[in-house]
Amino acid sequence: MIKVTFIEHSGDVHEVETETGSSLMEVAMNNDVPGIDADCGGGCSCATCHVYVDKEWLDKLNPPDAMEESMLGLNTMREDNSRLSCQIDTTDELDGLVVNLPEFQG
Amino acid sequence: MSVAADNTSGGERDIHDPYAYELDEIDVSLNERFVKNTMWGFFERLRKEDPVHYCAESEFGPYWSVTRFEDIMKVDTNHGVFSSEGGITLADGEADFELPMFIAMDQPKHDEQRRVANPVVGPMNLKEMESIIRTRVQTILDSLPIGETFNWVDKVSIELTTQMLATLFDFPFEDRAKLTRWSDVATAALGTSGINTEEDRQAELLECLTYFTELWNQRVNEPPRGDLISMLAHGEATKNMDPMEYLGNLILLIVGGNDTTRNSLTGGVLALNEFPAEYDKLRADTSLIPNMVAEIIRWQTPLAHMRRIALEDTILNGKHIKKGDKVVMWYVSGNRDESAIPDADKFIIDRAKARNHLSFGFGIHRCMGNKLAEMQIKITWEEIMKRFKNIEVVGEPVRIPSAFVKGYSELPVRLEAW
Repeated sequence: MIKVTFIEHSGDVHEVETETGSSLMEVAMNNDVPGIDADCGGGCSCATCHVYVDKEWLDKLNPPDAMEESMLGLNTMREDNSRLSCQIDTTDELDGLVVNLPEFQG
Repeated sequence: MSVAADNTSGGERDIHDPYAYELDEIDVSLNERFVKNTMWGFFERLRKEDPVHYCAESEFGPYWSVTRFEDIMKVDTNHGVFSSEGGITLADGEADFELPMFIAMDQPKHDEQRRVANPVVGPMNLKEMESIIRTRVQTILDSLPIGETFNWVDKVSIELTTQMLATLFDFPFEDRAKLTRWSDVATAALGTSGINTEEDRQAELLECLTYFTELWNQRVNEPPRGDLISMLAHGEATKNMDPMEYLGNLILLIVGGNDTTRNSLTGGVLALNEFPAEYDKLRADTSLIPNMVAEIIRWQTPLAHMRRIALEDTILNGKHIKKGDKVVMWYVSGNRDESAIPDADKFIIDRAKARNHLSFGFGIHRCMGNKLAEMQIKITWEEIMKRFKNIEVVGEPVRIPSAFVKGYSELPVRLEAW
């Protein structure tokens, strides 16, 4: 089990304990974290699971692939720490991960 | 069911019967079936027997039909192989009047132009628009006659979406009927909507360009504002567009912001009448509206297809697609694919994972205005449920003769107040 924290734009905090193996998007969906629609079901093709990754965790993640880069690139609210949470696999290394949810997905 | 002569076979057979044809003779693009709503059986047969299907001869030349949900996802998300450049409908690319628009471009130009237009339907603008939309919906609904038959398409669906479009463009409100007209002209099949030749179409679209050029000239000389024309006129990636590119992007935003939501607004009324138990569910619990909105958009699928061109030889579900081939993703079919969506032909307002539909497309060309569309439909149903106990469909809908815009020109209804 690892712990991950989702912080809504409003400041509401969702601390979630989860088994490893699923994507961060699935963790959010399974724990009713609001603001993640995941319209494509995890296919990196709708960009509705956008998160801002807490900076100290960024280099623990595999970098975005070309498709994720394309999807993120269409968003004018993209930041350096923007990721699609369906592309982040939860692993033991990410125990303690903190991500912020963007206002535009509220 | 009507029987029409099928010229390609020489014999007389029922063009609405999917089993009156050999597999390789099937051409799912015929407008007549969309008018009669008989295309479903053809798609069902292709999904079962030949999910990636080659049609060697059609009005639009040879093309592949992709009919299953999963295969459509594969094509839509592989923009490196399946190109949008030059057109996104089956019919595109035949005429010499080419309208460049970002939906019909590949990276990087697509991304640059899309980013300019994107903020108009971004979250900040949406918040501002919510109260405007609600007021307009209320005004329109309050003006409707109770207990009399009228055409829902004209009085509600068209009126509402056209008003919204006028706001997005900051278009002179009294002239807004022009927007509806240009939207129809852009997509009308020849011989409909008073468009008999491509020249007719071009003449009216050039009027559209002239009108919008004046608006551009006003806005370019004023400080940047939040409307689309101003954004295009001041945006780095769009301010030097040539006139045809400007017209192309306008048509994209007019059709994208008009025809689609219009037909979902009508489709929802029809769906609730065809599935009265769902209407009862809605009356009992209006908190189902947001989920119902997604279900309406799936059930209606206001754009039946999108087209791509293969940039290289590739294999899709066992079929060898060659470089240069036209590949058509039939969203209307994928949205009824039982292998991805249980009870896909049923309209279920509290369906699980209702948002998981193809109507907005997936990948880099995914609908940019989907949140606005959903908001418009949601507010409309919230306000409808406050006023009317029943919207009864009292006659047959009249469907648009198009395999692209899947919609209605008439839906006779009668309202019953609470």
